[in-house]
Amino acid sequence: MKQEFTISIFSENHIGILNQITIILTRRQVNIESLTASESAVKGVHLLTLVVEVTPDMVRKISRQIEKLVEVLKVFVHTSDQIIYQEIALFKVSAKSIMTGDILERMVKHYNARILVVSPEYIVIEKTGHKSEINELLEKLETYGVLQFARSGRVAITKQVKELTHYLKELDEASRKTPGEPVLN
Amino acid sequence: MMTDKEVQETMERINGTEEITGAEALLRCLIEEGVDTIFGYPGGAIMPVYDKLMDYDHKLKHILTRHEQGSAHAAQAYAMVTGKPGVCFSTSGPGATNLVTGIANAFLDSVPMILVTAQVVSGLIGTDAFQETDILGVSMPITKWNCQIKNAQDIPGVLAKAFYIATTGRPGPVLIDIAKDAQINKLQFRYEKCTYLRSYNPNVPVNMKAIESAAIMINHAQKPLILAGHGVLLARAENELLRFAEKTGIPVAVTLLGLSAFPSGHRQYAGFLGMHGNYAPNLLTNEADLIIAIGMRFADRVTGNLNDYAKKARVIHIEIDQAEINKNIQVDIEIHSDAKIALQNLTAMVRENSYESWIREFRILDNIEYDRVIKEETKPASGRMRMGEVVKLVSDMTNGDAIIVTDVGQNQMSAARYYRFSNPNSFVTSGGMGTMGFGLPAAIGAKIGAPDKEVIAFLGDGGFQMTIQELGTILQYKVPVKLVVLNNEFLGMVRQWQDMFFEKRYAATELVNPDFIGIAAAYGIPAKKITEREDLEESLKEMLEAEGPFILETFIEKEGNVLPMIEPGASVSQVTLNYKG
Ligand SMILES: Cc1ncc(C[n+]2csc(CCOP(=O)(O)OP(=O)(O)O)c2C)c(N)n1
Ligand SMILES: [Mg+2]
Repeated sequence: MKQEFTISIFSENHIGILNQITIILTRRQVNIESLTASESAVKGVHLLTLVVEVTPDMVRKISRQIEKLVEVLKVFVHTSDQIIYQEIALFKVSAKSIMTGDILERMVKHYNARILVVSPEYIVIEKTGHKSEINELLEKLETYGVLQFARSGRVAITKQVKELTHYLKELDEASRKTPGEPVLN
Repeated sequence: MMTDKEVQETMERINGTEEITGAEALLRCLIEEGVDTIFGYPGGAIMPVYDKLMDYDHKLKHILTRHEQGSAHAAQAYAMVTGKPGVCFSTSGPGATNLVTGIANAFLDSVPMILVTAQVVSGLIGTDAFQETDILGVSMPITKWNCQIKNAQDIPGVLAKAFYIATTGRPGPVLIDIAKDAQINKLQFRYEKCTYLRSYNPNVPVNMKAIESAAIMINHAQKPLILAGHGVLLARAENELLRFAEKTGIPVAVTLLGLSAFPSGHRQYAGFLGMHGNYAPNLLTNEADLIIAIGMRFADRVTGNLNDYAKKARVIHIEIDQAEINKNIQVDIEIHSDAKIALQNLTAMVRENSYESWIREFRILDNIEYDRVIKEETKPASGRMRMGEVVKLVSDMTNGDAIIVTDVGQNQMSAARYYRFSNPNSFVTSGGMGTMGFGLPAAIGAKIGAPDKEVIAFLGDGGFQMTIQELGTILQYKVPVKLVVLNNEFLGMVRQWQDMFFEKRYAATELVNPDFIGIAAAYGIPAKKITEREDLEESLKEMLEAEGPFILETFIEKEGNVLPMIEPGASVSQVTLNYKG
């Protein structure tokens, strides 16, 4: 059964790493539902967050192949219930239609959105949340004429306790061990 | 009297502050890494490197092939027989793209290679300059790692990393693309070998718990079978495999690239696996209650139909590349480790044992294969010669001691089936890619890597012509390789499939061949053509006794089929022994 997985990839900041990752996904005909790339909290380490819809078996295969890339430090795979995640969306709505009565105010409050810009022609609303919530708001706003709509990829934080810095330390220690040193685990 | 400039240069050299060009730095990196042979082909963008090479020819021997693909295959074979990485030079654009088949071939067979391609000057990169090609983009899916150098001072660091990555873990080809200005500009040279990258950890520690569980499983198995692959040779673990096998008494089957990892004459040798492999190990894979897979990847040519593969067996998989574990088949115990280390630990923990009646099952099937296939193939009563009989005779006459190189097709499968290997790393073939044209240049690389060994290549009449220009390399460097052309006047393996699966409709597989002996003569290579089996032994003797290179063209049964065969989609227990069209 296909399901949604969030793949968090920590990598060195090497030119071409994104290309290497997409080659792996493309070969297996896996579509990227969403993608976010930025520097992580650790300086020099990049974090790419991908959302894919695949079987558990497939996600294991592709994540091992991604982790095999020389510049990739660590790959984490999570189902949606194992992470706290958000997307951000911006809506540009025609000012005329929406400024009647208290529609705008009510909607912003109800959807926990935020007004970023107000001009005589348009209003820009920001909404952070899950994809479904953003879609719902989009649907509502469409009755007033959405001039532009842009949505980010997913950003996610894991619920697990072990943090990246910890893994980095472990990787460091493991690489410095001589081959064959037995490890009990 | 020294000039001021010479004095200054001498002082700089003494103080270690001397500046050298990027081209020279590249060559010094190679020397630091123990390289002494380079295969390559020059061109505009790499001229600074070739120019410097003239000053280093006492330390770095350069072999000019006749095509870049030839240099890549030769370097791969050199790597396979020496255990050192193969090194290639090529120019930008067409030089680089001509390497692609060779790189992909080395990638699929996990052979360490350093491919240095030149690139247009850095200011022109991205502008579609003359002979500019995005070789990084092109080679990304077929290299273990690649990198472009635009600044001369990056050369030592990147080269050190390249060697480290290519040769450790699961080895593979690494491509380094160097802009022409980086070859010309100067740097202060200091070389330090790379031994650590935080994002790349080839020294996987052995999980002793997994080893322990594996030992228990092995000690309790009734019908265990070892499947040994190329990983055993890459880890230089053939002695460890032998000790493990002899202590446990378990029969050992090998994959195509695992051939020569275990002596073919050993009483526990169970044969060669896969589509054209031996009857016993294929059939008994489905009878085994335990499979111990070592340095192999359950490729489709080995497993046949996965839905009916080793269903009675539990599986222990010893493999350095974790992405290969549970990729094609689900395993019970995963030992993510170098084969040598895993086997050392495992051997210490298993008990001494023997499996006489289980091994007898192999011998019974071996006899069936002999009666139904091998006898007719190696001792035919009439008709044109057979590939099997030629290979068998070569095997007997060389005592299984030669390095055997093959091209791809029936010639390859016959060599794999009928040569009896005694030494590790003595079989050089194109496995994962099945690249026609591999054989001739690979034979050259193997001979240069192992000059004291007899190197014999079995080539099809089709594959021979794919890289036949490399006869020029043999001529120029007097490489004493022995080429046995198995001429069936067909693209034999494809014709066999047409025979078996396409109602004998021989679409585009019949070859009208040139006079190979005449071609050999043009290259100054002694050659002989034989059509009768009475002449075979005598001619082989002449070939083996020849001091220099020799080409023996043998006329082979036109419509011979390589059997047994696991037909596409069939399972390892559905082996076709006889096929009569
Ligand atoms: C570069 C390349 N092109 C095509 C093929 C497909 N192919 C596999 S075997 C074969 C026939 C080889 O003919 P020949 O070299 O005469 O060897 P034979 O099988 O007759 O021994 C072909 C065309 C291939 N493996 N490699
Ligand atoms: Mg042929």
